[in-house]
Amino acid sequence: MELLEAFRLVAAPDVLIAILASAIYGLVVGSLPGLSATMATALLVPVTFWLSPIAAVATIITASAMAIFSGDIPGCLLRIPGTPASAAYTDEAYALTRKGQAELALGAGLWFSAIGGIVGTLSLVLMAPVLAEMALSFSTFEYFWLAFLGLMCATLVARSSPIKAIASMLLGLLIACIGMENPAGTPRFTFGVPDLLGGIEPIPALVGVFAVSEVMRAMVTPEPPKLPDRKFGSILANQWALTKKYQWPMWRGNIIGIIIGVLPGAGADMAAWVSYAMSKKFSREKEKFGTGHPEGLVEAGASNNASLASGWVPSLLFGIPGDTITAIAIGVLYMKGLNPGPTLFTENARSMYALYIIFILANIIMIPLGILMIRMASQVLRAPRAAIMPVILVMCAVGSFATGSNLFSVLLVGLFGCLGFVMERNGYPVAALVLGIVMGSMVEQNFITSLIKSDGDVLPFIERPVSGVLAAMTFGALLWPLGVWIWNRVQGPRLPAGSAAE
Amino acid sequence: MTETSRRALLGTGAALLAAPLAAPALAQPRWPTRPVQMLCPWAAGGGTDAVLRIIAALLEKELGQPFNVVNRTGGSGVVGHAAIASAQPDGYTLGMLTSEICMLHWQGLTEVTYRNYTPLGLMNLDPPGIQVNVSAPYADVKALAEAVKKSRPGQMKASGTGQGGIWHLALAGWLGAMGLPASHVRWVPSNGAAPAMQDLAAGGLDFTTCSVPEARAMLDAGRAKSLAVMSPERLSAFPNIPTLKEAMGIDYSTGAWRGIAGPPNLPAEVRNVMGPALGKVFNSQEYKDFLNARGFGLLYADAAGFGRHMEEADKSLGEAMKAAGLAKAA
Repeated sequence: MELLEAFRLVAAPDVLIAILASAIYGLVVGSLPGLSATMATALLVPVTFWLSPIAAVATIITASAMAIFSGDIPGCLLRIPGTPASAAYTDEAYALTRKGQAELALGAGLWFSAIGGIVGTLSLVLMAPVLAEMALSFSTFEYFWLAFLGLMCATLVARSSPIKAIASMLLGLLIACIGMENPAGTPRFTFGVPDLLGGIEPIPALVGVFAVSEVMRAMVTPEPPKLPDRKFGSILANQWALTKKYQWPMWRGNIIGIIIGVLPGAGADMAAWVSYAMSKKFSREKEKFGTGHPEGLVEAGASNNASLASGWVPSLLFGIPGDTITAIAIGVLYMKGLNPGPTLFTENARSMYALYIIFILANIIMIPLGILMIRMASQVLRAPRAAIMPVILVMCAVGSFATGSNLFSVLLVGLFGCLGFVMERNGYPVAALVLGIVMGSMVEQNFITSLIKSDGDVLPFIERPVSGVLAAMTFGALLWPLGVWIWNRVQGPRLPAGSAAE
Repeated sequence: MTETSRRALLGTGAALLAAPLAAPALAQPRWPTRPVQMLCPWAAGGGTDAVLRIIAALLEKELGQPFNVVNRTGGSGVVGHAAIASAQPDGYTLGMLTSEICMLHWQGLTEVTYRNYTPLGLMNLDPPGIQVNVSAPYADVKALAEAVKKSRPGQMKASGTGQGGIWHLALAGWLGAMGLPASHVRWVPSNGAAPAMQDLAAGGLDFTTCSVPEARAMLDAGRAKSLAVMSPERLSAFPNIPTLKEAMGIDYSTGAWRGIAGPPNLPAEVRNVMGPALGKVFNSQEYKDFLNARGFGLLYADAAGFGRHMEEADKSLGEAMKAAGLAKAA
């Protein structure tokens, strides 16, 4: 009965129009380099003032899911990720495009995003209370290890030498130190510049090191041989085969996405990174990663969308945002009288069911709309490079200015562009730099606050059951290669290091 | 070049002709005659942004010109606040001030203080509450205060926002009012109120001093309880929570607030139009419904009242910051 009522709520014309309009909006904004899914959501808030409660929440759900998916599009076609969540596997997707398999890469992004979104929603429907308990049992000690594990992904994902990957991750950590948004509230490395007080946001850094440096590279290298001019193949044709072939990585991606999404503070970005690293680590065809191999795309694509849905669990139950998107959504929920809390599930069950239906609906219409978007976007592959690159540069400047009407962020994008260009030229992976900036403040914040809470005692970092397990995983991953190396030294090279490091 | 100057001349001429005709006949205000820019020092999607946007929408209805909200972010609010202070004083660039304007200069982070503005109206204030885990052994705030007094310095832990944030100062102020040093309870810096409330529910903290609406979801979920609120009167949305004065006889109140202001030397005309308009916006049902729904506290003061409010806030926040060792200069 309540379910029928919920269907009626969603079938209202204003809700359906809101879903469709925000879907298109999310697809467009997410695909523009420099405008993230968070930005897409934030810009929707004033619009939601004038909508009915269900329509208001529907716009946020739909737009954010679409934006996370369509962030894959420029990453795949131009090697410029649209959102930080896509940065982990941009190189992989672009390699597929260079091999003439753009439709396979984009199709995988679309298909597995939709699957991830639906599985994430089911987890929200079926296990919300259990997942919420789990999220509440995570204290700063556990978050520290989690963020630390996230940082280690930099070395796992990189195709270059691990040393260079660590170096660029450390540079990212150093950049994360800038500003006064640190536990001590003290300005660091600001040189008296007020604009630096707020620190370096990941978005301008991302746009700079990927988009601007790509434009610079295009200026100094001759135009690459044109891709064979052929018809863009079917987008979903091979996805079912991929689903069967990579069933296990897909489920792993879904589960990791759900777990990371539920934990407040760790969002789709982290889910994508961890899943991509896991995928590479456990793959039977490791050496193919980075050369245009869809396995990692399957896992990470499913993961970041699954995390998006499960990120709503702590938001709906306790009003604690799972990521920056749900932080904005909570404000809208309150404004519309859908106050987060357990009572939302009992007294307001109708609205809750309606939200579930919207989640599923958004992920289903993602497929036809996504195909349209991909078809349109794929035109850029035909356009001459000289026409594309200036447009990208303009979009980077406009996008970074739009976020805070601050000329400083435009300058920042330019600076990161130069940095990214120099780093790429010398074989330092820029993705690791972005990871360092994203994770740096999380590692520091959780480390310092944990020490403050324990009065400087480090034992709780390994004493608590969950943190103990996470610590063991971290040290295991750190020390395993070393152990194998020593074993080989002592016993003679019987174990090949590569396969032993599984 | 000649084209523009000629057009400008014509425009001025027309204005000269029109002004004496229109003004007495219709008693029409000469401000605003074109869209007004409203600067928001904080990011889109946040609380300040939401409050400013609803005010802007209602002002547009009231005064018949678009009020466009522009987010001028950066530097923990320094950039946007400075931009409002240094705007052209023609009334077409105004903005929203938040409590941080009375804190940043004490930390030596900016030269701009509340004196660098023309206040127009205080629109909202959120007082801090004192929240504990629901299983904590404190029946009321008196019991908690006793436990705080008995504890070793630094033994008890509280949180609610980052180091030196408004809720940290609320703790320092409360401890000061009890005659304790600000460092008696150790502050655990957090990334906003939500993670602090989560840690409180997870048992990692003794209490939080964030605003009651920020704690609302955890209170509703039965994970936390609010013992007192640091305001002169009880909150209309939470009538069961006593004030500090009622519960333990301490007359201490503070809060995070938001108000509309412009650069110094705003023309009298702008002040005369904007003051009553903001009062009307505040008293409109739409504004009240909006703030109540979001859980934001309703408090209004006119231009002069807002000026006095900022003066007092600057003094009391400055004292709290000195007590907590956060102020830079004397």
